[in-house]
Amino acid sequence: MTREDYNPASASELMRGFGSRPEMLVQILHAFMDRFGWISEDAIRQLASELNLSRADVHGVVSYYHDFRTTPSARHIVKICAAEACQSMGSRALVKHAEESLQLKLHESNDNITLEPVYCLGNCACSPAIMANGKTFGRVSATRFDEIVAGLNEASS
Amino acid sequence: MSTRIYVPRETAAISVGADEVAIAIARHAKEKGEKIELVRNGSWGATWLEPLVEVVVGEQRIAYGNVEPGDIPSMFAAGLLSGGEHARRIGPTKEIAYLIKQDRWTFWRCGLINPLSVDDFVAHKGFAGLTKAIGMGQQSVIDAIRKSGLRGRGGAGFPAAIKWQTVADTAAEQKYVACNADEGDSGTFSDRIMMESDPLGLVEGLLIAGFAVGASKGYIYLRSEYPLAHSILTRAIVAAREAGWLGDNIQGTGFSFDIDVHLGAGSYVCGEETAMLESLEGKAGVIRYKPPLPAIAGLFGKPTVVNNVVTLASVPNIINLGGEKYAGYGVNRSTGTLAFQLAGNIKRGGLVEKAFGLSLRELIEDWGGGTASGRPIRAVQVGGPLGAYIPAEHLDTPLDYEAFLGIGAMIGHGGIVVFDDTADMAQQARFTMEFCALESCGKCTPCRIGAVRGVEVIDRMIADENRDANYELLLELCDTMEGASLCAMGGMTPYPVRSVLKYFAEDFASSEGTGK
Ligand SMILES: Cc1cc2nc3c(=O)[nH]c(=O)nc-3n(C[C@H](O)[C@H](O)[C@H](O)COP(=O)(O)O)c2cc1C
Ligand code: SF4
Ligand code: FES
Repeated sequence: MTREDYNPASASELMRGFGSRPEMLVQILHAFMDRFGWISEDAIRQLASELNLSRADVHGVVSYYHDFRTTPSARHIVKICAAEACQSMGSRALVKHAEESLQLKLHESNDNITLEPVYCLGNCACSPAIMANGKTFGRVSATRFDEIVAGLNEASS
Repeated sequence: MSTRIYVPRETAAISVGADEVAIAIARHAKEKGEKIELVRNGSWGATWLEPLVEVVVGEQRIAYGNVEPGDIPSMFAAGLLSGGEHARRIGPTKEIAYLIKQDRWTFWRCGLINPLSVDDFVAHKGFAGLTKAIGMGQQSVIDAIRKSGLRGRGGAGFPAAIKWQTVADTAAEQKYVACNADEGDSGTFSDRIMMESDPLGLVEGLLIAGFAVGASKGYIYLRSEYPLAHSILTRAIVAAREAGWLGDNIQGTGFSFDIDVHLGAGSYVCGEETAMLESLEGKAGVIRYKPPLPAIAGLFGKPTVVNNVVTLASVPNIINLGGEKYAGYGVNRSTGTLAFQLAGNIKRGGLVEKAFGLSLRELIEDWGGGTASGRPIRAVQVGGPLGAYIPAEHLDTPLDYEAFLGIGAMIGHGGIVVFDDTADMAQQARFTMEFCALESCGKCTPCRIGAVRGVEVIDRMIADENRDANYELLLELCDTMEGASLCAMGGMTPYPVRSVLKYFAEDFASSEGTGK
């Protein structure tokens, strides 16, 4: 993922790609997430003014959806599926393992990794499943979890 | 002559190494100077065999299952290109019992074709249903759907023809087809397999629906947790447009229709149709009051057909083969087939498309092979997070919408999640409430506040603070949520909770405490 810091010119360009139409707000926010990694106050102000919405409207949408974060994440995002099929195959223990080995609680970040729950990746025949930087992994044991995390660090070093 | 090798590009297969296997095959073939044509197909749905590699030998496709990159040198040495014997070799794909015993009406092209090739699609009856539909005329198409008895596969099981008729009969300049691809239920992945393995099959379903009701624009609302499906679907749509199967005046028929894909943003409740419409309009996914029905005033206030992926993907063959043929499958008012999904603690997980009427036990035992852990089954959750936990003694219930209602359960989107005897059912009940609290859209109090209270009450039961009094309190809370919630999120959260209270109450005493 190539990220850039939020800047108004780049943000405007993204919005124009969607015709600056207010009904495209959710899609535009995805584009902001992909490019900037999070939705800042400045971004919300600009969205409101260029899409002709109130700031409260934009705030309401940003805060409603789990995907839109209002603080930056770490370089890598690891999501562990915490829904029922994965629970039946030990996702609760996998979360514990991840929390211990990364020294992080769910929803927390260190310099390197943000750890989050996710509720079903559609990989429930290969539970437990995780998603690391947008890629889904199945049949994830504690050992495999550690390997996947090590792989992320290697890829970025 | 080069030998064709299929390696799935499908989320589950890739999640257990299919990309690495494809790379290893390409590299090894190059080193050995062997000419191969590597095709990335979708999945047949036998997920437990993934990565499933197939080699075309003469008229046959020879399958190798659970292939790892490290197997490739020995597979080549064993004569992979001529279907040679190897520990990973299963035999011809069309002899795999798991697959051939199914009734593949909707998913029959999945695994078979290259999902991104319009030519391959057309060579396998692709768009034949659309062409026939246009020849039949709008009302005859709706009549065929009525005769088929097709009911919504997204969860509620509402007859598709009634919705289509309403939209067709409502006069408006603009109408829409909105395909629900939010697939939020845990234990379900049939929408995903369809979109990754036969995306044009879904596109054809939308086209036929659009033609039948007089809509010119379709939306597919896809969950953001499915990035690969997003990429495959959007590429397939571009290819269809370039080949003249989407856009203005499709194939010179005078019928115009186009499709946009919109992403959800991690909200479960956005799978509910009115919340989905709000989200498609760029807003927070808060439930709308009904009426008006979406069929009368839906997206942007216009008449809108809202159907699930599998509902729509079942349509082309209903037109091809006739509504009566489809209605010949299944039992009672559950006609046709459903793509059941075997998930969780199951030995042979995957997609099983079967006519309604077989029992849960047949699916779990004959197809699924029992639990992955080898331990006894304790509970089976059918129909996602709002579906009841069914105890082992009810496994002989036939898969029929009404029979499931009869035991306080639902078939929903056909997800079947198996738990073995180590499951802590008190924790499952707690999670049900916790999930509702997390995902509630907040519009009504019984759901928004009730779910939070539910977690607290369950925690007290687990901690043995007035367990009996709290048991009663939890039942009352379930009554309130069920009776007074605006939508099925709050209204059905009590189902799994009640099922735990009814069948697994002893777990509140033995539970490992609170927490995740
Ligand atoms: C909380 C909730 C979540 C839902 N999630 C989905 C979903 O992810 N996919 C889906 O197709 N239907 C879902 N539904 C059902 C839809 O409201 C609607 O009935 C369906 O999309 C209609 O299409 P169908 O008739 O083809 O099933 C959900 C319903 C509720 C109450
Ligand atoms: S039941 Fe829950 S999700 Fe449904 S409208 Fe009420 S608050 Fe929203
Ligand atoms: S429940 Fe974890 S992938 Fe579906």
